[in-house]
Amino acid sequence: MLLEPRTHTPLWMTIIAPIAAVFVVMVLCSGLIMWAGAPVLQSYIALAKGAFGSKFAISETLVRATPLMLTGLAAAVAFRAKLWNIGGEGQLYMGALAATYFGTGMVNLPAPLMIPFLFVVGAIAGGLLLLVPALLKTKLKVDEVVTTLLLNFVILLMANYLLFGPWKDPMAMGWPQGAPIVDAGILPKLIEKTRLHGGLIFALLASVSVWLVMSKTKWGLEIRAVGLNQDAASFAGIPINKTIIRTALISGGLAACAGVTEVAGTKEYLTLDISPGFGYTGIAVAMLAGLNPLGVIIAAIFFAGIYNGADSMSRAMDVSNYIADVITAASLLMVMLAVMLTRMRIRFS
Amino acid sequence: MTDTETVLRVQGITKNFGDLVANDAISFSLKKGKVLSLLGENGAGKTTLMNIIFGHYTADGGHIEVFGKKLNASNPAEAIALGVGMVHQHFTLADNLTVLENVILGTEPLWKWVQDKAAGRARLKELSGEFGLHVDPDADIKSLTVGEKQRVEILKALYRGAKILILDEPTAVLTPQETDQLFGTLRDMLARGLSVIFISHKLGEVMAIADDIAVLRHGKLVANFPVAEASREIIAEKMVGEAVPQPRRQIMEAGEELLSVEDVSVKDENGQQILKNVSLHLHRHQIIGIAGVSGNGQKPLSDLVSGMCRPGSGQLNLSGEAITVFDPKEMVAKGIGRVPEDRHVQGVVGDFSVEENMILETYASARFSKFGWLRKKEVTDYAYSLIKAFDIRGAGPETIVRGLSGGNMQKVILSRVLENSPQIILANQPTRGLDVGAATFVHEQLFKARKEGAGIILISEDLEELLAVADSVAVMYHGQISPQMPVESVTLQQLGLLMSGEGFSVHSKGQDHAA
Repeated sequence: MLLEPRTHTPLWMTIIAPIAAVFVVMVLCSGLIMWAGAPVLQSYIALAKGAFGSKFAISETLVRATPLMLTGLAAAVAFRAKLWNIGGEGQLYMGALAATYFGTGMVNLPAPLMIPFLFVVGAIAGGLLLLVPALLKTKLKVDEVVTTLLLNFVILLMANYLLFGPWKDPMAMGWPQGAPIVDAGILPKLIEKTRLHGGLIFALLASVSVWLVMSKTKWGLEIRAVGLNQDAASFAGIPINKTIIRTALISGGLAACAGVTEVAGTKEYLTLDISPGFGYTGIAVAMLAGLNPLGVIIAAIFFAGIYNGADSMSRAMDVSNYIADVITAASLLMVMLAVMLTRMRIRFS
Repeated sequence: MTDTETVLRVQGITKNFGDLVANDAISFSLKKGKVLSLLGENGAGKTTLMNIIFGHYTADGGHIEVFGKKLNASNPAEAIALGVGMVHQHFTLADNLTVLENVILGTEPLWKWVQDKAAGRARLKELSGEFGLHVDPDADIKSLTVGEKQRVEILKALYRGAKILILDEPTAVLTPQETDQLFGTLRDMLARGLSVIFISHKLGEVMAIADDIAVLRHGKLVANFPVAEASREIIAEKMVGEAVPQPRRQIMEAGEELLSVEDVSVKDENGQQILKNVSLHLHRHQIIGIAGVSGNGQKPLSDLVSGMCRPGSGQLNLSGEAITVFDPKEMVAKGIGRVPEDRHVQGVVGDFSVEENMILETYASARFSKFGWLRKKEVTDYAYSLIKAFDIRGAGPETIVRGLSGGNMQKVILSRVLENSPQIILANQPTRGLDVGAATFVHEQLFKARKEGAGIILISEDLEELLAVADSVAVMYHGQISPQMPVESVTLQQLGLLMSGEGFSVHSKGQDHAA
């Protein structure tokens, strides 16, 4: 059996491939659903309804997709430069910590200034957090996979310490949570009686902006060149280290903005469970999107839909909601396989 | 008669890669004790054909018979078992093992407690005695010279019982003297009944060693005849298809000095001295050829002038002024055009489009970007004009460079470099892997730049190219460089001797390089 590159890929194949992949995943996962003793078709209908079946379901899916878009963008930007930022989770919490520090009364600005201010301080905090591994990588060739991953635990434990200690809200009846964000800093609701907040608009704008930067600007050219062929980039005079550090600041900043949307939008105060692994899932989102910033929007909504849908399927059909992790993981593998097959063909000899 | 026995018969072999027909119904046969030389330009399909015979690739059509037995393709183990041995262009030896370990590697069962080295050693000794291939069985591969490594590769094939030896461009890495030695070995082997397929594109060597010639062009077998019936001219014409007019080097008066390298030494990361007291003087309207076996300091010299490394001692002067900042960007800004050695690695970003590669050195200029935004229309127009000027075929500004042929890829790099009218051009192996037409184009462009006043450093392993193109030649050996010699006054033999180290004081701790 051999793999050979295709000379060209027909358009229909590009469109069909991801759809076919998701279909295959559903077929594969139906085995698990049957094993759990639930009717397959109804379970999938429950999943679809839970994800996109009502105004409420859609709004909840979009609430969940918001931070995933931002952590997905963070991974997409960094991976383009072959900067393996696995620290999205830590950067997210760093952004949340910064928003809590500045947004709970320390600074008081009118809302049109306060909200951008929180995003800016959050992004700076997250960017600086990733700056450390980036500097270690460029100066001392320390592998960033290890440093970014380990920093996640450092930041999470720091948040633990703060919320159980000095930052604990005395009004929260002993729960480890931060003081509420001031009213001026709360992201406005987009639709009445839902949790959908302005963070979505921010995430969409961020996706478009990142796409513009990556494809239309000098910086984007540099980031892509460094990622695709560092030797050629360096030979042509592109500053490699500067580009990596700039990428780190952008990537860390984007992931941190996810922390800001959760603290100032979804929860309105900092807790230790603001992120069910958004930082890590962001990596999968970016991969599913093929590192395309606009694709990140769709991939984030898809993942959020699966997670929310699986929650409601689990309530309705008594299938464990861990099925969501199986579906998302299998989707990622299948879509990547499908994309590879649009570029290669298999020959049997 | 046994000595005309056919040992290998190739029948109608066809191989496609997508739309590319790499081999088109090729048939020929090899007789016992003979050398068949497979000739052809780069990309003519020689290596593909050999990989099919050796079982690396599966043919789409046709079949192969070895000693009358049909070879079921796509399995090198079977080819080896039938007595086919291959010496690849790039050696496949484990650097950290000894000669003996490399030779027996893979010939023993995987699950075995102890290696039977004694038996292996005895057989290796016997083989090297029989064929005059002398190497120390206990030497580490990394301590061997290129010629010795090649001997190990041949021994490896013989150890596995090869009766048909395929040599893929075996002389590409050898000095003329080492080549003679290899030919001596080959003649011994022929006398003992082995047969050889010798792949090359160097005509002189082919005439010297081959009995029969098979010429491939664009995947087709265009000629197959005994060497006695051929002349150089006929073979060359068959290879190229049509007579390609060679650009002629005009004699030009060298102008003022553009670049001087003064007594430069460079150490690599491990503290190895990779350049030793190198001096070089480049003038306007001058092409200096740098000859030498690969790995003798050409890369650090090229890196130095490209701004990829800095001198440990000594200095570089540009029109009399010392260079202090060693950085690729700075070198480009100072008017040094650089054509790197490896197109795919340093030359282009393969997954970038033609236009993106064309502005890779100049994207930050006011012409191509404004407030950080790329001026897309400007870039595309520029790309169109370069594609036209440099006759880059089958490509538009948005075409991904990876899919271009070697020649077109090199044209993208040349256009990027030459469009900035550099005063100094460093061309490191600019024609390696190109067919005659593309190579001629590269030479024409270099001549044009020289006429307009540029000085050119041309690094090449192809002596014939250097003698045809350069005004003066210097040879590098173990990080040292010989004095520059006017091309009219040197012969191939002299260069060959210098390339093998004659005249260099290898062990002198950085005195001058007595020639």
